[in-house]
Amino acid sequence: MKHIDASYRDKVVLSNVSLSIYERDFIGIIGPNGGGKTTLLKIILGFLKPVRGKIAYTFDRSEIGYLPQGNQIDDRFPITVREVVASGLEKGLKIQKKFSAREKQRINEVLEKVGLTKLHRRPIGELSGGELQRTLLGRAIASSPRMLILDEPDTHVDNKFEMELYRLLRELNETMTILLVSHDLGTISPYIKSIACVNRSLHYHPSNEINEEQLKVYNCPIELITHGPVPHRVMKTHNP
Amino acid sequence: MEILRLLEYGFIQNAFAAALLMSITCGIIGTYIVSRRMVFISGGITHASFGGVGIGYFLGFPPLAGAAVFAVLAALTTENLTRKKVLRNDSIIAIMWSLGMALGIIFVYLTPGYAPNLMSFLFGSIITVTSTDLWFMFSLTVTVLLFFITLFKPILYISFDEQFARTRGIPVMLMNYLLIVLVALTIVLSIRIAGIILVLSILTIPQNIANIFTNRFGVIMVASVILGFVASMIGLAVSYYLDIPSGATIIFSLVIMYLAARVVKVLTFGKKYPSGKETVHEPAEYH
Repeated sequence: MKHIDASYRDKVVLSNVSLSIYERDFIGIIGPNGGGKTTLLKIILGFLKPVRGKIAYTFDRSEIGYLPQGNQIDDRFPITVREVVASGLEKGLKIQKKFSAREKQRINEVLEKVGLTKLHRRPIGELSGGELQRTLLGRAIASSPRMLILDEPDTHVDNKFEMELYRLLRELNETMTILLVSHDLGTISPYIKSIACVNRSLHYHPSNEINEEQLKVYNCPIELITHGPVPHRVMKTHNP
Repeated sequence: MEILRLLEYGFIQNAFAAALLMSITCGIIGTYIVSRRMVFISGGITHASFGGVGIGYFLGFPPLAGAAVFAVLAALTTENLTRKKVLRNDSIIAIMWSLGMALGIIFVYLTPGYAPNLMSFLFGSIITVTSTDLWFMFSLTVTVLLFFITLFKPILYISFDEQFARTRGIPVMLMNYLLIVLVALTIVLSIRIAGIILVLSILTIPQNIANIFTNRFGVIMVASVILGFVASMIGLAVSYYLDIPSGATIIFSLVIMYLAARVVKVLTFGKKYPSGKETVHEPAEYH
């Protein structure tokens, strides 16, 4: 994307943003609340048209998998884990057809990958926060996308699931590019390969290590705490 | 035996057919409305349609045709303004709701003489359903059935998560407009049976009864069709024997069935619901 401007009701949210995303990169998108992280994702996903600038894809946009913020999901909707994961295989408007044997096999593979085989018939209303996130992750990866976009997947989940999630993402990164919005640089820094600081403007940092001076230069005013090999900002209790 | 003899009457045959057709459309459309938390928007469309009834009386064309035009216009306007975020969704609905009622009252008042069948539009009358009404209902039922059978999966996915459905290339906006038009037409044709005041119950109570026992979208749909038809038959029979309004009796039957289902559930499973959180008992909100 080049020279992107985006605004909501005359309020400029992103200004002159340019970013090239390389294959199999794992970008952690960080920045203060209201800095434009989710807006950036919406532009990449095609939900929002920029007021200026260009965005070009080297593949079809349907090859992007998307995991929305958990609070966007109505967990009382009458749908099962399997149906949610299967929805990730839908492409375009198709007249009703049954899933092929290959599609069924893919759904089973994904359910196994995200550890939900035993819960596949369960309505989502009966899942814990972590199980629901795993279901949504399964939906996002069902079509084997080339790029995976995750919007704060670690909100409302426990530490155990958080670690499982990042291990799984590292594995997925072997075959797909990942863009991850997170408020917790400390947790994601061991897994990501690069950092995009978004606060109206965007600064790409081609490493998972970053210091306070660099964050200042990048206009990303967040604190960093150093413990362990990578300096990072801590927003919640966790084990280094 | 006496009940079977009743079926010889033409108006009872019409009522029977109308109940069956209404149960199918309302069972399907109601599940979509309730699952997607569109109950309030449906209330807005229902009441907005009264404007068309009033103009129909005033200008001398069939009030139901006027109701259909008003309902579809209200539905499309609400969908459009919500999408453009011109106003808050609940405010748009409230304006449509009261504007339709206000126009209806003004035009009925301005109509010279007596407005025949006005009460049947407000409270419904299944026994006055005509063959023409039945043809309209039959056409709508076939359309709704074909639409939901052929596009069940996209409808389910859009209803669950519109944004994700868009990432999968499903034409969400087109589908939303088509679905809201089907909702509006279903409401209008059900007005003949349950009336403007009561129609929302037929679109929500069977789904809530089904949801006590199941959390599956498709199962709730099928169960709602059956429950709606059973309640209509009970309501029709009771209203005939007690000589009371049919629409209100059908709704009353549904409420009794709902309470009975609750009791059965508690007696069978205790106070804990094995199907987990119920899905459709929250106050309605759209998107």
